[in-house]
Amino acid sequence: MGELMIGLYVFVLATLAGREVITKVPPTLHTPLMSGANAISGIAIVGAIVVASSAEGTARTVLGVLAIAMATFNVIGGFLVTDRMLSMFRKR
Amino acid sequence: MNTHILVELIYLLSAILFVVGLKKLQSPATARGGNGLAALAMLLAIVATIVDTEILSWTGILIGMAIGGGLGGIAARTVQMTSMPQLVGILNGSGGGASAVVAVAEFMGNPAVGVGTTGVTILLGTLIGGVTLTGSFIAFAKLQELMTGNPITFPGQNALNALLFVGVIVLGWFVLTGGGGQDPLVWFYVFCGVAALLGVLLVIPIGGADMPVVISLLNSYSGLAASATGFVIGNMVLIISGALVGASGLILTQLMCKGMNRSLANVAFGGFGGSAGVDKAQIGKRPVRSADAEMVAAELGYVNSVVIVPGYGLAVAQAQHELRKVGDLLQERGVDVKYAIHPVAGRMPGHMNVLLAEADVSYDKLFDLDEINDDFGTTDAVLVVGANDVVNPAARDPGSVITGMPILDVDKARRVIVMKRSLSPGFAGIDNELFYMDNTLMFFGDAKASMADLVRGVRELG
Repeated sequence: MGELMIGLYVFVLATLAGREVITKVPPTLHTPLMSGANAISGIAIVGAIVVASSAEGTARTVLGVLAIAMATFNVIGGFLVTDRMLSMFRKR
Repeated sequence: MNTHILVELIYLLSAILFVVGLKKLQSPATARGGNGLAALAMLLAIVATIVDTEILSWTGILIGMAIGGGLGGIAARTVQMTSMPQLVGILNGSGGGASAVVAVAEFMGNPAVGVGTTGVTILLGTLIGGVTLTGSFIAFAKLQELMTGNPITFPGQNALNALLFVGVIVLGWFVLTGGGGQDPLVWFYVFCGVAALLGVLLVIPIGGADMPVVISLLNSYSGLAASATGFVIGNMVLIISGALVGASGLILTQLMCKGMNRSLANVAFGGFGGSAGVDKAQIGKRPVRSADAEMVAAELGYVNSVVIVPGYGLAVAQAQHELRKVGDLLQERGVDVKYAIHPVAGRMPGHMNVLLAEADVSYDKLFDLDEINDDFGTTDAVLVVGANDVVNPAARDPGSVITGMPILDVDKARRVIVMKRSLSPGFAGIDNELFYMDNTLMFFGDAKASMADLVRGVRELG
């Protein structure tokens, strides 16, 4: 089985797993769900590190740094703001 | 052990923790820990990548992380809860943008990639990421009122969008095959430009009140862009986490559409909010019963059960803290107080719940539409604050623009008090029968001042 097919299997199964898990998140937590899931999409930082670490040409390095900045903003901002919101959900 | 296998195992652990972290979001009690697990998963993935990659220069990486991390930290700490949709919008945009930039860099490293999996996924990552980037910034500008929140439409808009979609496919073919003897890089730059333009054109015709749908959809795109990038660099953890986010965004998009009883196509191409066939002059011309704060306090303070229905007008007036005080005082008097939240009560899914949580309302007092709708028949009094269309009984009758939209059945309560600035229509542009019903009292005024008056009123009940 080629790399592409394995990737497709993984993608489809992960989507189904995500569907199962996320359908059960109550509406009251939908905003933190969105900002938290959003932080997870900052996983592109992994790709950005690979690009930025190569010293192939300046344009590529500049793009890598730009991608790292954007992805880190997404990751740090997303997880921190989600934590801040969730700390407000209290039961009295 | 072979380093590469160790790295792959760490990636696997990271993917597992992402799923477990999201699962913990199923309850407010475990959610914070879940978010922490997801953050740990991210850290593990980053460490694994650093171990696995031969890093020739740290400078760029550290500069990028310092800038992004610094700005992200500041934004997360200082953002107002009412501005959460804007922040999530920018976060979506930068996540999608990062995926797109990685795809662009991969292409520039190998412009002669040719037709194949890598080439196609590079183009997909660039397209989806690019649309997410520019679309999110337009959504941000609309929410932040840097530009008009009204739908921007022009003749031939949908035809132009369709043309651009076809253009993207043709351009993509040219990029991969070097069509027309042109340098693939030139075609690629045009491709990037069209992707960015599409993001703008797809969001401008959508009105400000439809932003919950747009933000959810862009959230989904940012995940799909990450997945596409995962295919490009052959990294499973990107594919998995991108798929999780894609699924999450799609589910929320469907829920928001359901909350407004509209299809995604209708939101995307609709231009909703115009009220053809409604006689505007007649709106708000019929007599209503109005009440002052003292009367409202008496209506609420001597009963057994009160349900509070907050709408976006409450958040705009920053009156949620005063409202919570009203709820607390009623509870101290022995009244059973609940809050009923409509799916599209805020500017993004679950927004109103966050605003009330910030105002220190206990989360077990918050009920969504399905949980509470059967209770209204046995509720003594309902207090509607700054909501309109989502409590309009016309949604149950045929022939209204909001027919079929799920509403909170507040009119079934024994007494309904509607706190509102005036009788002006909501987003749907139609009159609300609720205001004229026998069991309804209108409590006119600015939400914040009125709630402060109501706090005093309830205190003085003795």
